[in-house]
Order: sequence, then structure tokens, then C-alpha cells
Amino acid sequence: MSHAMDAELIKLPTGLESFDVISKGGLPKGRTTLVSGTAGSGKTAFAVQFLAAGIRAGQPGVLVTFEESIGDIRANMRGFGWDLATWEREGKLAVVDASPDPNIETVESGMFDLGALLARVRRAVDRVGAQRVSVDSLGAVFSQFSDQSIVRRELFRIAWSLKDMGVTAVLTAERTDDYGSVARFGVEEFIADNVMILRNVLDGENRRRTVEILKFRGTDHQKGEVPLTIVAGMGVVVMPLSAMQLRQKSSDVRISSGNGELDQMCGGGFFRDSVILVSGATGTGKTLTVAQFLKGGAAVGERCLLLAFEESREQLFRNAIGWGIDFDRMERDGLLRVVCEYPETEGLEDRLHSIQDIIEEFKPNRVAVDSLSALERVGTIKAFREFVIGLTSFIKHKEVTGLFTATTASLMGGTSITEAHISTLTDSIILLRYVEMFGEMKRGMTVLKMRGSLHDKRIREFKIDGTGMHLGSPFRTVTGIMAGSPGYVSPSELEWVWSKFDEGSQASLAELTEVGERRRGTDRRRPDMPGNGENGPNVAT
Amino acid sequence: MPEASDVTTPRSATSSGEPLVLKLFICGASPRADSAVANLRHICEHDLQGHFTLEIIDVLEQPDLAEESKVLATPTLIKLLPPPLRRIIGDLSDKQKLLVGLDVARWMERSTPYT
Repeated sequence: MSHAMDAELIKLPTGLESFDVISKGGLPKGRTTLVSGTAGSGKTAFAVQFLAAGIRAGQPGVLVTFEESIGDIRANMRGFGWDLATWEREGKLAVVDASPDPNIETVESGMFDLGALLARVRRAVDRVGAQRVSVDSLGAVFSQFSDQSIVRRELFRIAWSLKDMGVTAVLTAERTDDYGSVARFGVEEFIADNVMILRNVLDGENRRRTVEILKFRGTDHQKGEVPLTIVAGMGVVVMPLSAMQLRQKSSDVRISSGNGELDQMCGGGFFRDSVILVSGATGTGKTLTVAQFLKGGAAVGERCLLLAFEESREQLFRNAIGWGIDFDRMERDGLLRVVCEYPETEGLEDRLHSIQDIIEEFKPNRVAVDSLSALERVGTIKAFREFVIGLTSFIKHKEVTGLFTATTASLMGGTSITEAHISTLTDSIILLRYVEMFGEMKRGMTVLKMRGSLHDKRIREFKIDGTGMHLGSPFRTVTGIMAGSPGYVSPSELEWVWSKFDEGSQASLAELTEVGERRRGTDRRRPDMPGNGENGPNVAT
Repeated sequence: MPEASDVTTPRSATSSGEPLVLKLFICGASPRADSAVANLRHICEHDLQGHFTLEIIDVLEQPDLAEESKVLATPTLIKLLPPPLRRIIGDLSDKQKLLVGLDVARWMERSTPYT
């Protein structure tokens, strides 16, 4: 018993990096942890993964199976890359196969205990020098015997013995309901020191897997449900959201947006490891902004990744050529990778994981997602929010610049669901809007937010031609563009309004006007661009 | 074949039929193990006229044999012969269930010369 007492508050890193984050260091060492979940929630995978991670870290393990035969488990786990048979041969893993044999008829006559099982577990632990034990699953023990009170008592004894042996144990148990009692027989949670719950909930039409640490006796852990996914070749992958955000770095290095005028509006460019959201209605120039962003990266030898969920590869490449941007060459140079997929091909948890995989493998400096809104319809709002948070924090953690686009539902003004979920997470927000002026649709752009930097607060007109995006002068005499109901202000009224501001404001306004002045200087060389008048463009004179 | 801790040879020759081959797994010396052995001997000697072989295995001493036979509970009595293979769990205090488990009626029938 003494070693169990000494082990208090020490956690055993499970080897599942993502799980160790939410459990703040792993499973309490020398203790028993109940992993409860409904059918298909990943209990067996978690139990075996716990052992597999241990074996890879040089800690032998014992697997006790009450439900599936060891043959089935060996076959099922091969898909995760865990070769149980080899580990067994190498003496790193011992298996206690306590699964029922359908060919043997069993009769109960009088009182019994599970002494033989315990002796087998002890023997297996001794034989390989196990530090980890997984028992899968407790509920199946109940179904093998008719006298439940005996089973209950014996399971307590086994749990106690596991602690006595000084091993860290994972015990799985079934639940009938994802949001009901902890486990089917109502006693499992009292057998173990700690309780974790795996869920596999049908949410809308989508399956959502989560893990929740319900109870960690005497030690700290993250609260609430954390999404997870089960991936071939890896097993259970937990997607901790909050923990990743804590580790974000921030940088004051500026990078180019690929458009010098936009860089100026942003006070010198985007920050590295920042996330920029570009929001606008369809056709306002979001994909163009993305293409410029990628071009800007490739121009200075940075690796760029484009995740496209709206357009096909061919469409994207053709459109980029139309703006004078050669994706083909960038790709040949190894500076660009374009991944085009239908949003529906994967659930959001799996999507997040595969994006993380691509980023890990390609190691881009810039990542663009066009559009984030396309992924909205794949999952529930909650799942989408978690996806966005997960992706944002991962990108920041990797010190990658992210540019996401969001599509607004209405042509004029308005916000998107994407924006509502992501706006506080992003460092910069750029709005692209249609502006109706005298029977003509014009495009306006404004930098709504630019964390940690001064930026141009005006709404600037821009045009798109064969060489990309060109910013013009601000819509000085139009109000209500962002609200989607533009109205006009006469120049004299505008001057009167300006005069009401104090000196300080005047100064900063003058500064901004200077920026605008310079831009207009550029415009003058292009007769097709409006905006030569002092009072803004497109005012009938 | 595993070493038997205790082998009781049949009192009479098995000329009258197939002998009953039994294996009993117990967990150390405990009152429950003792009563299982006593209950089993009583039945075998009185109801089966001693046509049986019994091997007693202590799982604490030979856990590998328990592993091999996939025994969970103690005491567990395994009837190896005649078929079908059957397991009887518990201290064997329920005589009726024990007799059913051992297929005694059938065994008796088969060993009588009249059938």
C-alpha cells in the first residue's frame, strides 16, 4: 500500500500528448481511472492506446479483456498501428483474456470469488513488470455472472489490488446514455479513483465525440467536454482548445499582404503569427485577397498553403491567372500547396486533425482558408466554433500567418456566423462590402480591427483588374455602408462635421488624409480609377 | 499436461463406462475451497459411485494454468470428460445445479448396461 500513498499527486504522462494537456500532466500515477462511455465512444481504443503509449515509452503493460476476444482486439488495433502480437512476443505486453467463450456452458452453484482472475492479473503484471494496466470492460464482467453483488465486491477487490501492485490502471465501463448515469451498473464509478467520460453524441446529423474528465481525486484537470477524434494510425486524438491558446506567441514582425496599398492600410502589413479574417458577400474579392496573400508569401520565398472548400483547383488556378497570379509556377517552385475538398468529406473534428497534419508536414509560413463559412454547414454551431478555435490556436502556435475568409449572407452589410464566432479570436478583420452608388455597384474595403497597430479606419473603394486589387480613395460622402444602407452627405455638411472635432483628431485626420493623398497620386496615373476629387469619388458634380 | 496438486484415482475400475474427468480451481486454502472440495467429493462418491478423476489446482500457486483454462472465478469446476465441456462456478453448495452441470443423469444412463 505504501507506494500507492507515496504516489499521491504525481501524474503519469500517458504519452497521448493531447490528453496530457487536458488532464494537466496525465493520469494520476498508481491510481485507477474509470473511462466510461456508450457503445462506439472509443473506450477500447483509449484503453489500448494508454498501453501502447506506455510501451513506446518503455513501460510494459497488461491488457485485461472481458468483452472482445484478444484475437479481435489484436485485429482491430492493427489499424491504429499498434501491433499487440509483437509486443506480446517481446515481453512488453501481457494479455489476460477473460472474454466469455460461447462454447462453454457455465453453471453457478453457490458462492464464488474472482480469485483466479486476480491471480492471473498479478501473474501478468509480474511477468512483464507492468506499470500500466487496462481493463476492458467492467460491464462485461457483470454480464458473465448472475450474482451481481459478488461481482461488485470482487471488482472493488481487484481495483484495490491494482493500486496495491502500484500500477496505473484504466478501467472502461459502458453507459447506456451519453447524458445519464456514469455507468450502467451504477457502481463502476465508485470502484475507481478518477472518472473520465467519452461521448459519441448524434448532434443534428453529425457525430460529435468528446472527452470529459469528471473527477480526478486530489488533482487538477480541465473541466468540461473537449472534442476528440479517432484517427487511423494514431488512435484517440484529443483537441484541447483552451490549453493551446495559452501558449500562443506574438510577434511584431510585419509581413506583406501581397498588396502594397492594403499593407499601408494595415499600418505596414500583417503581423506574423496573426490571424486575419476577410469578410464579405459573394464576389466582393475575398478569393482575390487570398490569392494576393499567397503571392505575397511566395514572392519572398515563404511556403503557402491554401485550403479551398468552395472552388475546384482548376477554377482557382484560372481565376488567379485572371488577376495576374500564377499558382502553377508557385506550386512548381514548392512554395504553394493547394488542397481542394468538399466541406462534407469529413466531420469538423477530423477536418481539424487532417489540416493539422498537412500543416505539420508541409510546414507553411502562410495558411489561407477559403472559405471558413463553407465549413459551417458541416457541423453544429458548437462544433464549428470549436473547429475555428482549434484551427486558430493551432496556426498561432505554429507561428503561421492565417488568412480566413467568411461569406456574409446578405449582399449589403451584415455579418456572417463565422464572423460572430471568430471575430474575437482574430487579430485583424478586413471587411469587403458592396456599395451601391447612383445605380452602380462599387466595392469598398475597410480594416475594422488591427490588433496592436494603427491602421486606416476609412472605407476605401477598390477596383479589380487583370493585375489584381487596386485601392482607391475613401467613400468620404457616404455613410452607412457597413450597415448596408448607404446614405449621402453633402461636402459642406461633411466639413461642418469635421470642424466639430478637436485639434488632436484634426491632426490624425490630416495624417490619414496624407496617406489618401499619396494613393490618389497613384490613381491619377490610371485614368480608369475614380477618386481625383478632394471630396471623394463618384460625387456628381 | 500440468502437474496435479491432488489426484484422486477412481475407487473402482471404469469398466462400467466413461470416467468423469474433473479439474477444480481453487484460490488458496480457504473455507470456500474446502467446502467446494467436500461438496464435490460427497457427490462423486455417493451419486457417481466413484467413477471420476479429480485434479485440484491452486491458482495462487499456478496462475498460468488458470490463464490457460481461462478461469476467472474460484472455485471453478471444469468437467473435461465426458463431453460437453462444462463449468460449474461456486462452492458447489447447490447440489441440484452441480448434478445438472455434471450431466449426471445422462452419464448414469450411459453407464448402465440396459440402454
